[in-house]
Amino acid sequence: MSVPILEVVDLHAAYGRIEVLRGVDLAVPRGAVMALLGPNGAGKSTLVKVISGQKKATSGDVHLGGVHVRGAQTEELARLGLCTVPEGRSVFPNLTVQENLTLMSYAGVSAEAVLETAFAYFPRLLERRSQLAGTMSGGEQQMLAMSRALASDPALLLLDELSMGLAPLIVEELYDTVGRIAASGVTILCIEQFARTALKVADYAAVMSHGRVVATGEPGEILETMSDVILGGAA
Amino acid sequence: MSTFIAFTIFGLFSGAAYAIVASGLTLTYTTTRVFNIAHGALGMVMSFVFWDVSVRQGLPPLPALLLVVGVIAPATGWFIQRFVARGLGDAPVSVSLVVTVALLVACIGTAQQIWPPAARTVKPFFPNSSFTIAGTNVTAHQALTIVLSGVVAAGLYGLLTRTRVGTAMRASVDNPELLRLFGGRPDTVAALSWAIGTSLAALGGILLVSQVGLDYYALTLLVISAFAAAVFGRLKSLPLTFAGGMALGLAEAYAKGYLPTDGLLSKVGNVIAPLFLFAVVIGMPQTQLRIGQVKGIVTAPVPSLRASAGWGAALVLGMAVYTAGMGEADLLLLGTAATYAIVMLSLVLLTGYGGHVSLGQFTFAGVGALTYAKLDEPNLVGLLVSALVAGAVGALVALPVIRLTGLYLALATLAFAVLMDKLVFQADFAFGFGGALTAERLSILGTRIESTQGYVLVMVVFFVLTAIALLTLRRGVLGRLLIALRDSPAACGTLGLDARWFRVGLFGLSAAIAGLAGGLFAGLRGTIGAADFQFFSSLTLLLFAVVFGVTSVTGALLGGYGLMQLPVQQSENPGVAGLLFVVISVAAILLARNPNGIASYVFRLGRLLEERYGTQVRARVPDLAGLGLPGRRDRSAATSAQDEDVWDEDADNLALIGDPGHTRSLEGTDGSPASRVDGRPEGPEGRGAHVAARG
Amino acid sequence: MSLLEVDHVVVQFGGVTAVNEATFGAEAGTITGLIGPNGAGKTTCFNVISGLQRPTRGQVRLDGRAVTRMPVHRRSKRGVGRTFQRLEAFGSLTVRENVRVARDIAGGARGLVRRSGADVDALLERVGIAAYADERADSIPTGTARLLELARCLAGSPRLLLLDEPSSGLDETETDAFGELLRDLASDGVAVLMVEHDMDLVMGVCDTIHVLDFGTVIASGEPADIRTDPLVQKAYLGYSDEGGEGDSWDATLADLPPVAHLDRGHEDDLTTVLPIADGRSAR
Repeated sequence: MSVPILEVVDLHAAYGRIEVLRGVDLAVPRGAVMALLGPNGAGKSTLVKVISGQKKATSGDVHLGGVHVRGAQTEELARLGLCTVPEGRSVFPNLTVQENLTLMSYAGVSAEAVLETAFAYFPRLLERRSQLAGTMSGGEQQMLAMSRALASDPALLLLDELSMGLAPLIVEELYDTVGRIAASGVTILCIEQFARTALKVADYAAVMSHGRVVATGEPGEILETMSDVILGGAA
Repeated sequence: MSTFIAFTIFGLFSGAAYAIVASGLTLTYTTTRVFNIAHGALGMVMSFVFWDVSVRQGLPPLPALLLVVGVIAPATGWFIQRFVARGLGDAPVSVSLVVTVALLVACIGTAQQIWPPAARTVKPFFPNSSFTIAGTNVTAHQALTIVLSGVVAAGLYGLLTRTRVGTAMRASVDNPELLRLFGGRPDTVAALSWAIGTSLAALGGILLVSQVGLDYYALTLLVISAFAAAVFGRLKSLPLTFAGGMALGLAEAYAKGYLPTDGLLSKVGNVIAPLFLFAVVIGMPQTQLRIGQVKGIVTAPVPSLRASAGWGAALVLGMAVYTAGMGEADLLLLGTAATYAIVMLSLVLLTGYGGHVSLGQFTFAGVGALTYAKLDEPNLVGLLVSALVAGAVGALVALPVIRLTGLYLALATLAFAVLMDKLVFQADFAFGFGGALTAERLSILGTRIESTQGYVLVMVVFFVLTAIALLTLRRGVLGRLLIALRDSPAACGTLGLDARWFRVGLFGLSAAIAGLAGGLFAGLRGTIGAADFQFFSSLTLLLFAVVFGVTSVTGALLGGYGLMQLPVQQSENPGVAGLLFVVISVAAILLARNPNGIASYVFRLGRLLEERYGTQVRARVPDLAGLGLPGRRDRSAATSAQDEDVWDEDADNLALIGDPGHTRSLEGTDGSPASRVDGRPEGPEGRGAHVAARG
Repeated sequence: MSLLEVDHVVVQFGGVTAVNEATFGAEAGTITGLIGPNGAGKTTCFNVISGLQRPTRGQVRLDGRAVTRMPVHRRSKRGVGRTFQRLEAFGSLTVRENVRVARDIAGGARGLVRRSGADVDALLERVGIAAYADERADSIPTGTARLLELARCLAGSPRLLLLDEPSSGLDETETDAFGELLRDLASDGVAVLMVEHDMDLVMGVCDTIHVLDFGTVIASGEPADIRTDPLVQKAYLGYSDEGGEGDSWDATLADLPPVAHLDRGHEDDLTTVLPIADGRSAR
């Protein structure tokens, strides 16, 4: 097997005195879609922040395509092809749709090409190109956010809680898009608290709990292991 | 009719220049959230640079303009962003205000250092060309300015809407973190906006310099016009900013043209800008209360009443010994230092405890001095009335902006200080233009304090009493409320506190303390004039207060002494007069993020000494901790050093005597006065299981 | 007539509608839950009720009297107390001083007439943070800081208590104690309105629950009804992360092919391997 696109080794990170990541080990093979699951507070989003350079790790290593990148600047990683779609509305609300798309060209693909791809895939955005992004519906904003993943041809796509606060139908649509991006060969690490939709598109799944990856494997296996635990715990 | 057109053209000319300067200010503010008080001062420095390259070194005007506006100014702006302003947007408003005030003072110091006062003139561009419109002569320079403002407007519009980096500038206002995820560089964007902002300040300054003259202060003050225009544009709309600049230019021109040429109204023409600023600040919509942070400021412990009384008595006694046989000139200087120290106590209350910045605090001292002199009641009643009048004026300044906080409150005090300086203090009913008033020495219970030494001691007693009153207030209910209001206005509101009136009261009390100092100062000097209370003094006062520690009485004392030394050192070493301004500014920039200032290091030193020698010393001198004996050190040292040394000891013990439960709070400040928790758990226990890993 | 009535409130920020015709209320002596996905407008509703945000349209009434345009501090004097989702403790003061400030403010000019709020230490004891009394508020754990905000509110003897995610940062025992405290307060006649993500707590203590989605109340009722309301499940529990793990994973798994069914006997072993069991919502 070739060098994994993303390899995280014994990663630790903390907020103040509280350690949130306590030795995370994770590898995402090239071209794979991995779903990272786990309850709220397990450290999933912190992991995303550390990988994307938004948060400093206290120890441990992050390799992207075999290159050691711990401590690299967020914007440098973004220009190198790490596309991170953070949780929440990840668009600029006071810029128009077209201006949002223009900014996506920092990742290396020309602005014209970004616009072309985005409008081809989401004709809705073409209709609203001069509208302020903040005045669109949640689903439309998420389409705009996904355009960056679609159009910038990233080496690794990090998706953080794509479905948060969105209506089911929109979530379905979004995951169709994720599936399509995956089909084009992009490696994806997809963080979700709610497994169902994410597991549909995933090749592998990993489970995080209390700051560690506690299980990895095929989606089926993971689901089996986890369901016991979860249901037991919820009682 | 033709005079009207002439005024209009003149108004459009200066309005265009204001608009250029103001748009630079707005651009910097919207992209980095730093309101650059030094914007005009940067324009001033660049105008001097322009004079240097064009007049002194002989470069033709247009290439010189291109060199300054296209290369030197942007490079300066870039440098400032990199090394001074970085990260300032996330800091509390008070910090960014202090840092940019320091920048302003540094600019003036730099200009004075490189270009010492001398007669310099800059000619307008194309001085011999002009043409006629509707029977009115328009110089080519005026036309050029108006055209350039249009070019700037169009250029900025194009940059912000048509280019990717311009779009990134607007994006970084919304969400810099997301911009980084997109691959944009917020730091580069901020540097670019500082570069362009400084360029525009330079362009506006150079276009106006032939009109205003090469003067450190006059050009710096142009920024008031830019502030007014920028606030008119709500600090975000460039078209409105342009409109504001133009309106202001026209208003000034018509005021000059049509107001009577004598009486108070004649002076109004000079203060249209601060009046306009005051008016637009009042018209700002209510600021939303910011919610979402637990931030505490770690400050020096508040000493107990007994300790502060002990150290106060020691100070008075020490001063009595120290001033014995001292010459009149040195005594006057010490009295001045005491005045500054009392005004700084008013800043301890307002800024240190309350978290508000006043850019016109010394003006309140001026109001106190004026009242004292006019009242001609040189006794405690007269002094009290002076303080009360200053307090009432302070409350009046805060009253119209009762709904506003932070930046706008500070701008209102700045506008007020300039108004007082340029209009009221110079009016005939006050000090008079270039005039002075006489004031009598204070009488206490019928005894007139004739000797200067005695008077200085009385001032020290007033300092001590004010300090004790302040510390008592801080320990009590009101002190807790003040701190609570500084930490979270929103929470205070939901607990039922009407923060607005509280703020007016705070401003009033703080101004009253400054007024007390002013009254004492008038009595000390015997003659005082408008020149003693220029608005610029308030800015250096603020810097010294911050550098020496705006959260403690010790800081105020050290700061007062330091501020007195500044002009002394400047006149003794004229070769580095400007450099001294730069030094204090750099110190302020470095210390701005730690409000405890140099005093906190003094306290730390004190703890260190206590740990090492405390037991031995106490064994020999049993009552040291209670009262202190400030005579322990070598008295043959240089005057200034000696004086401060005495106070180092005082400070040590102030810290030592403070509640032991609090002394730990000095640790771990290390330049991070406000620890943010932001709703994230940050507790000592291992609560990892419940850690919100996501916001 | 309810103590609190929120009547067709609309809040728009620019073109974005954060709260859309929201209508709900809270009764004295009861606990009301306000739940919904992120961005549903819950905190904005609290801001409108407490007076920090003026609504674009609609009315807020206390005891039937409109207070929509009344400033924050006057609402507080009428008995509205609130805590904050993003903490607003006075960081430079100790825990005890925090509560003292609240008591001083509540006392105010009317302090002589009005019951001057409970004794500070007794209040700290009541919410269970007496051990932290002398700590600076910016150095205590989040959960404790939330309880501190509650204690601060109680110092003013509020009639309506708005709690914004009060249990996040608390462990299970603390949450249970907190639930008790809420019951206690309600039996004293206080109307408690709470935004909360911990479904066990919400379902356990609330008398009434309102579900907010896209700024609109999509369901109101008793916990049992809300739990089974298909609209709520569809819009909220199954797809958003806002539900407690139990409910949401239930809903998630319900849609998947059946796997080894739950066997509660394994609970203990498994939780040591995968300690998700106590991984309560911490947000």
